[in-house]
Amino acid sequence: MIGVLKTLVWRDVRQSYASGGTWLPVIFYLSAATLFPFAVGPDRDLLLQTGGGILWIAALLATLLPLDRLVQPDLDNGLYDQLIVRGITDELIAFARLISHWLAFGPPLLFAALLASGLMGLEGSSLVTLLASLAIATPALAGLAVMIAALTSGLKGAGALGGLLLVPLAIPLLIFGAGSLADRTNSALLFLSAVSLLLVAITPFAAGAALRAVRE
Amino acid sequence: MRNEAGDSLRALALSCVRGEKMLFRDLNFVLTPGQAGLVTGPNGVGKSSLLRLIAGLLQPFSGSLDTPLSITLCDDRMALDENLPLSGALRFWARLDGKTDADCLNAMAAVGMGHLAEVPIRYFSTGQRQRARLARTFLSSANLWLLDEPANGLDTASVALLGKTLQAHLDNGGMILAASHIALPIALDLTLELAALEQMETPL
Repeated sequence: MIGVLKTLVWRDVRQSYASGGTWLPVIFYLSAATLFPFAVGPDRDLLLQTGGGILWIAALLATLLPLDRLVQPDLDNGLYDQLIVRGITDELIAFARLISHWLAFGPPLLFAALLASGLMGLEGSSLVTLLASLAIATPALAGLAVMIAALTSGLKGAGALGGLLLVPLAIPLLIFGAGSLADRTNSALLFLSAVSLLLVAITPFAAGAALRAVRE
Repeated sequence: MRNEAGDSLRALALSCVRGEKMLFRDLNFVLTPGQAGLVTGPNGVGKSSLLRLIAGLLQPFSGSLDTPLSITLCDDRMALDENLPLSGALRFWARLDGKTDADCLNAMAAVGMGHLAEVPIRYFSTGQRQRARLARTFLSSANLWLLDEPANGLDTASVALLGKTLQAHLDNGGMILAASHIALPIALDLTLELAALEQMETPL
C-alpha cells in the first residue's frame, strides 16, 4: 500500500510542478499582497495591524485557484477507474491526492507568504506567528480543496460552487489562523492545529465517498 | 453480490440498472481459463455497463458474480498522462502493477509502437491512442481482460497484431471478454447477445 501511495503521489507532484500550475496561487498571493497597500495607503501602523489578516484571506482565496485541476482531469481521463479495477480504494486515492496537493500547494504558498509579509512590514514574532499559522493550516486547506474538487466533480459550474462551499468550511481556519496573530498565549494556534487535523483526517473519507458516488 | 475469489468468471441471474433503466437481467454465463467471450448487441444496450460491472466499477442490481482476482479493463479512456511520452506514461502503470521497464518495452512491441516510445501521448492519432490503451492493458498481468471495442480505429495490420496477443493470452490460460463490432481474429467460446428490454418492466 505504501508503494502504491508513493507512486500516486510522485505522479501528481511531478505533474503539478511540470505543468507550472503550482506557481499560479503564488503569483495570485503576491498580487493580492501588492495591491493591498495601494488600497489602504502606506500607513505603517495600519498595515501592521491588518496585513496578517489580509494575507490569511489571500491564502483562502488562493486555495480556490487549483480546484478544477485536482480531480476532474483524472476522472475524465479514466485514471481513477483503472486504479479501482486494480483494487485500490477510493480513500487511498483521495489520501494520495491530499498529500500530493499539499506538496505542490503548501511550500510555495509559505514561500509567497514570506515575501508578502515583507510588503506588509511584518517582522519578528508576528512574522513567525503568521508563517506558523499558515504552515499549520495549509494541510487543511489542501484537504478542503481535494474534498470540494471531488464533491463538485462532474458538475457544471463546479468552480463557482467550489467557492461557495469553501467559504463556510474555511471559517474555523480563518478565525483561529488570523486570530493567532493577535494572541500572545498560542491557544489560537492550538485550536487551529485541532481544526486542521480534523479536516485532514476526514478528507480521505469524504473525498473517497464523493469519488465513489460519481462513479455510480 | 460480487465475489473475487475464483479462477473463472461466473455470472448468475445478473441484472444491471443504470439511471432508473434496467439494461439487462437474468444474465447467466461462465468463462473458464483459456476461453474468450464476445458481447454483442445494439448501441446503448449495456455492453459497456456489463464490462464495468464485471470490473467492479458498477454494482449489480441483483444476481451474483464470481470474478478472478486480477482484472484489467480497456475502455475508451486513456488513463495515460497526455504530456508524457508513451514509455513514461506506461511506466506509471508498470510501477503500480509491479512490472519492469522491459515489460513496458514488450507491451509497446506487442502493439507495434516501439518506435513511438518517446513521443508524447497528445500527438497520437486515433489509432495510435487505441494501441496505447491496448499496450497499457497488455502490461498488466491480469487473468481476465475486459476489452470494450478493442479494434476501434485500428488498421487491418494492427487488428491482426491484436489477435496475436489475445491468442497468446488465451494460450497462457487467460480469459477475454470483449464487446466489439469489428470481428476479432480469435476463436470464441461464448457469445452474449444483449437485447433491449421492454421498459415496462422497470423495477424503480
